[in-house]
Amino acid sequence: MSPSGRDRPRQHLLSINDLVRPDLERILDLTESFAEVSERAIPRVPALRGKTVAWLFYEDSTRTRLSFEAAAKQLSADTLNFTVRSSSVNKGESVRDTVQTIDAMGIDAIVVRHSCAGVPHRVGNWIDASVINAGDGRHEHPTQALLDLYTARTHLGDLDGARVAIVGDILHSRVARSDVLAFAAMGAQVTLVAPRPLLPSSLDGWPVTVTHDFDDILGEIDICYLLRMQLERQASALVPSLREFRAEYGLNSWRADRLAEGALIMHPGPMNRGVEIDGDVADRPNAVITEQVANGVAVRMAVLFLLLGSGLDQAAGQKEIAA
Amino acid sequence: MSTRLAAVATGGTIAIRGGTVVDSTGSRRADVVVGDGRVTAVGPDSGDVPHADRTLDASGCIVAPGLVDLHVHLRQPGREDAETIDTGARGAALGGFTAVVAMPNTDPPMDCAAVVREVQELGAGACCDVYPTAAITVGRRGAELAPMAELARLGVRIFTDDGDGVQDAQVMRRALEYAGGLAHLAGGRRIALAQHCEVAELSAGGHMHEGAWSSRLGLGGQPSEAEELMVMRDIALARLTGSRVHFQHLSTAGSVAMVRAAKEAGLPVTAEATPHHFTLTDACCASYDTVFKVHPPLRPDDDVAAIRAGLADGTIDAIATDHAPHTSTDKERPFDSAPPGMLGLETAVGLALTELDLPIEQVVALMSWRPAAIAAIDDLHGRPIAPTEPANLCVIDPQETWTVSGAAMASPSRNTPYEGRTLRGRVRHTLLAGEPVVIDGEPQR
Repeated sequence: MSPSGRDRPRQHLLSINDLVRPDLERILDLTESFAEVSERAIPRVPALRGKTVAWLFYEDSTRTRLSFEAAAKQLSADTLNFTVRSSSVNKGESVRDTVQTIDAMGIDAIVVRHSCAGVPHRVGNWIDASVINAGDGRHEHPTQALLDLYTARTHLGDLDGARVAIVGDILHSRVARSDVLAFAAMGAQVTLVAPRPLLPSSLDGWPVTVTHDFDDILGEIDICYLLRMQLERQASALVPSLREFRAEYGLNSWRADRLAEGALIMHPGPMNRGVEIDGDVADRPNAVITEQVANGVAVRMAVLFLLLGSGLDQAAGQKEIAA
Repeated sequence: MSTRLAAVATGGTIAIRGGTVVDSTGSRRADVVVGDGRVTAVGPDSGDVPHADRTLDASGCIVAPGLVDLHVHLRQPGREDAETIDTGARGAALGGFTAVVAMPNTDPPMDCAAVVREVQELGAGACCDVYPTAAITVGRRGAELAPMAELARLGVRIFTDDGDGVQDAQVMRRALEYAGGLAHLAGGRRIALAQHCEVAELSAGGHMHEGAWSSRLGLGGQPSEAEELMVMRDIALARLTGSRVHFQHLSTAGSVAMVRAAKEAGLPVTAEATPHHFTLTDACCASYDTVFKVHPPLRPDDDVAAIRAGLADGTIDAIATDHAPHTSTDKERPFDSAPPGMLGLETAVGLALTELDLPIEQVVALMSWRPAAIAAIDDLHGRPIAPTEPANLCVIDPQETWTVSGAAMASPSRNTPYEGRTLRGRVRHTLLAGEPVVIDGEPQR
C-alpha cells in the first residue's frame, strides 16, 4: 500500500497477498499512533475531512461494519451506508450497477463485504474509488488479519519466529486465509489444526504445516487462534457431530491449561462458546479476544488513512494525528 | 437439410483458386469449382477446371470440407438476448463451420417435437446447417425418457441432457438400451447418447477446478473425479448395452486415459474436447473474471497436456467448441452465481492452428469429417472434395494473424476468454451448399 489520493493511482486493500512485510509493519506502526487517538477525550482527528467512505455489505456484519464506521468518524470522514435490505440491491440490481451508482456520488473509498470470493476484486475494476475488502466469501478478510497481527505484536513483540496454531474450520474461513498470509509474512511459523474435510483440498504454496493432533502441539505454540465453527457443518458430513469436533479440536480447560506460559488465545468472533472454545477459557487473562475487537478501530483508521490520506509517510501521519 | 441444396441452387458457378485441398482422402494442390450447390470440378491447374462466373482467391490457403461443431448453445428459444440461431449460425460460418449441433438446454428445452421443430425451422434460413439434439430426459430432469423415437423421426441423431449429466445410472442404462433400437429411424445409423460427465453430488458448490487455485482463491471447487466417475460409469454402460456413448468436453487426464482404454477394448465410445480445455488453465480464475467460469472447469497444466495428447493420438475424436454465449449482465454476477460458459465458434480454428502442434490435415479431421460421422451427418458434411459432392466448404488461411475481439464477433454476447489475444490461422471463405456465406472474413448475410 502506498500513498494515494484522487490525483494519484488509486489503491485498494483486497488481499494480504498484495502486501509485503514492510507494508505490514508500516500499517502496524501507524495503528499504534491511531490507538492513542481513540483513547482521547474527543477521539477525533481531521485527517480525512472532506473524504467520503461508503459501505456496501451484502452479508450481515455488525462488528466489522461498526468498526469501520467508528474508524471513519474518528478520522472525520463522511460516510454513506448501503445495506442490502434498504437499497435497490433487493430489486435485482447488479453489483456493478450498484457500485457505479455509489461511485457516481463522489466517494473516495468503498468498503465491500460479499458472500462470494472475488467480488471486491471485480468492484476494483469497475470504479474509480479505493476498494477495501471487508470479507469476501471464503477468500480473505485483510483488516481482520491486520488487527490480529497488531494484537499479537502488542503482547509478543516481534512476531519473527512466533509459533501460531490456527484451529478449526479452515476450509470456509476467510480469516484463516488472511491470517496465514499475514503471520507468515511477519516471519511466524503457522500450523493448521483441523480434520481433513475442514482443510482446503490443496495447500500447495501455503506457508504452513498441518496436524490433526491438537494435543501434540499445545505446549509449543505462542498463539492459539480458534476459528468460528459453523453449526451446520455436520449436515454436509464435514464432521460427524459438534460434540466430536469439540472433543478433538475445541479449546477446553484441559487443553488451555497445557498451553505454554504466556501463549495468547485469539478468536475473530463471534464465538460459539462450548464448541470451538469453552466458556471459561474465553475469559482467561491470556485470551485477548475483546482486545482484538478494540484494536479493530485503530487498524481500520490506519488503513483508511493510508489509502485516502493526503500525506502518507509516517511523519505526515504523525502530524495529522497531532492536529 | 437436403431441401437447401435445391433452395440455394442459384447464382452461377464459383471457382476457388490457388489453394491446397485437404479432405479425408489426403492433400493436394487444386482449384475447386462449384455450381448448383455441388462441387462440379476439381483440378490441380487452373486450365484443368472450367471458367466460373466468380472467383474466390485461396492462394496460400487450405480448402477443406466445411467444419462441424458437435457442441453449441444457440440459446433460442429462451435467451435471444444472449444469442439467436441466426447470430450463432453467422458466428459459425465466420468460424468455418457449415454445420453445428445445437444443445437442448434452451427454455423451453428441446425435449419434445414442438421445440425441436422450431429449432429446425429457425435453422433452415441460417448461415449454416443447424442440427438440434434433443434431451435424453423430459425437462432434462434425469428421470423420465423424452420421446426419443418421435424425435429420431424428426431427424435427431444425438440425445443429451447437456448442461447436466444423467445422474441415475438406471435411467442412463434404459436410455442407451432404448436408443439402441432406434437405428431403423435413422437410416440404419446408430443413435448416440452424448454425456456431460459430472456427478452432481461431487461437483455441488464447485465453480472452478478443485485444486491449488480454488483453495487459494476461496472458491468452491469441482474435483476431476466428478467428471471421471461418470466417464467410468458410462463406459461400463456402453459395455452393458452395446449402445454408442459420446463423451462431451473431456477435461481431465483421467478421463482421456479411460476413453483410450475403452476404445482399445473395442467399446462404442467417442469423445470431444474444447479449445478452452487445450489452451487455458485454472490459473486464469485468479482474476475472478467470470469469463473463465465454465463447466467442466478449466484444469491444471497436466490435464491440458493430456487433452492435447488425446487429440494427437485419436483418443479424442473431435474438437467441439461448447460455444456458450452469456450476456455481460449475467457474466458480471459474482463468481458463484455467474453462468458457466464461453464463446467459441469464431476462435476455434485459430486456437487449433496456433496452439496444437498437429499437421493441418489432422486438425481438419478433428473439426470436419470425424465430428460429421459422430453426428451422423456425413452424407452432407465432411465429404471428400470431389465432383457431385455437396459444396459445404471452408477456406482457411493458416498464416493470417489476427487479434480476438468479442465486440467484433457475430454474437450479441462478448464472453470470449481470448480477448486481445493474437491467433494465427483464420477462416477466409465459407460456402454452404455452394453459397458463399463468408467471403474474405465478412459474412454475406
